[in-house]
Amino acid sequence: MTLALPTDQSVVALEGVTKHFASGTLALAGVDLAIAGGEFVSILGPSGCGKSTALRLIAGLGEPTAGAISWRGTKPGAPRNGLDVGFVFQEPTLMPWATVARNVGLPLALAGVAPDIAGKRVAQALERVGLGQFRGAYPRELSGGMKMRVAIARALVTDPPLLLMDEPFAALDEITRFKLNDDLIALWHAVGNTVVFVTHSVFESVYLSSRIVVMTPRPGRVHADLAIDAPLPRDESFRTSAEYAGYCRTVSQALARAMAQTGDRP
Amino acid sequence: MTAVAPPDVPRSTASAIGWQQIVLPLATLAAGVGIWDLVVRIGHLPPYVLPAPGVVAATLVKDWSLLWGSLLVTLATTFEGLALAVIGGTGLAILFNQSRLIEYSLYPYAVILQVTPIVAIAPLLLIYLPQQAAVLACAWIVAFFPVLANTTLGLNSVDRNLADLFEIYGASRLSVLMRLKLPSALPYMLGGLKIAGGLSLIGAVVAEIAAGSAGAGSGLAYRIAEAGYRLDIPRMFAALILLSAAGVAIFFALSAVAWLLLRRWHESAVERER
Repeated sequence: MTLALPTDQSVVALEGVTKHFASGTLALAGVDLAIAGGEFVSILGPSGCGKSTALRLIAGLGEPTAGAISWRGTKPGAPRNGLDVGFVFQEPTLMPWATVARNVGLPLALAGVAPDIAGKRVAQALERVGLGQFRGAYPRELSGGMKMRVAIARALVTDPPLLLMDEPFAALDEITRFKLNDDLIALWHAVGNTVVFVTHSVFESVYLSSRIVVMTPRPGRVHADLAIDAPLPRDESFRTSAEYAGYCRTVSQALARAMAQTGDRP
Repeated sequence: MTAVAPPDVPRSTASAIGWQQIVLPLATLAAGVGIWDLVVRIGHLPPYVLPAPGVVAATLVKDWSLLWGSLLVTLATTFEGLALAVIGGTGLAILFNQSRLIEYSLYPYAVILQVTPIVAIAPLLLIYLPQQAAVLACAWIVAFFPVLANTTLGLNSVDRNLADLFEIYGASRLSVLMRLKLPSALPYMLGGLKIAGGLSLIGAVVAEIAAGSAGAGSGLAYRIAEAGYRLDIPRMFAALILLSAAGVAIFFALSAVAWLLLRRWHESAVERER
């Protein structure tokens, strides 16, 4: 187990990123954000603040209207390597016609990795999320939480330096969400990669993150950038600590100020 | 495939409904044949007006070798037409999906081909094509459109997030087609296939009847036309029954294919556990 420590060199950096959709919506307006290696960054904001748009731009889905996204060691705007990011959607987004193993192995198959090597890595990824017994199951045979674990295993199977998660647990019940939160922290700790996690939950973001970026809605701008310095790894006792409550208050206030900026209150 | 029972119905009742689904249609059939027989007896109808069910059954046995051979000819045309429809319909749908320009150029003509009645096209095809090719073309024309329309719908019904995932991993167009679009479209294609199977038989029959009036032919529909000219009404009925049975068999065979391919993952084929 390697302890992931933030390094000075950023994995990915957004510089003045603006996104204007053809429908006329200004989703992002001049977002500057550098993600350092080993960080767990939550992007927090109300719906419509462009946080998902920012994540999709980082993943290479669409181009910014203005500004640039630069990757470690490449020029601004240069394309990244296809296996550098893992992406987890709000829905599990599994192929219903394929088994769990084939779903998890998809990124490797698309990259042309040899089947024997891919098979080992799929088994390893499934072990990591505790689904080693479900290789041959079809998605419809799994519960919502298990499907999300499969999606996380698929995102991790390429060992991506950067893991992007778009409100992955928003559709799950609270018991499952808490369990997956703990598992995600343990995974991040074990794998040592960088995570960008989009959420609209103050409590979830404080529990998971080493850093929280609060965004304003319509258009999306970075309003506050807060470090969560509570020690890692975190567990249930952190959830009931005074420190946790204090961070939640600070972040909630920052979020309220961000909302007030546009007069758009929840 | 078992019947899906309404919710709250205990299993024993559910299986009783399953029995009723088999017994009731058979009872209706028996009653229908009984009334038919009664009408012929009471009205003293001669066989060339309406043959009794027994006479039709006897004809079916007597003419079996002739009718069976003709059935095989018609079935061969039907399956060749269906195979070409699946290849042509799926191929065109993939082409349309890959290129908007080709779709805009050709799709209206696919629709025109579909909406023009096949009975009106068949005589023309028989003039310009050798007879066997013309019959096959008729079966193809009526059968390919449901495959094309359904496959097109299926290829356009891909989960957007899954499509984004393939883009993130830099999947090639071929990979997207083979690993994402075609599997997504499979349930739709199989729905189109079920319709196309019956339509292909209809196309073959229409063409055979049109060809029969022009001279040669040995399919089952030709036998019906031929028996009609000779006022051999019992044979017309016997051939018609065989034709219907063939249509039903094709439908169930294609339903079975769909079930085998989808039973592990698609809601339409998965049995619900209660």
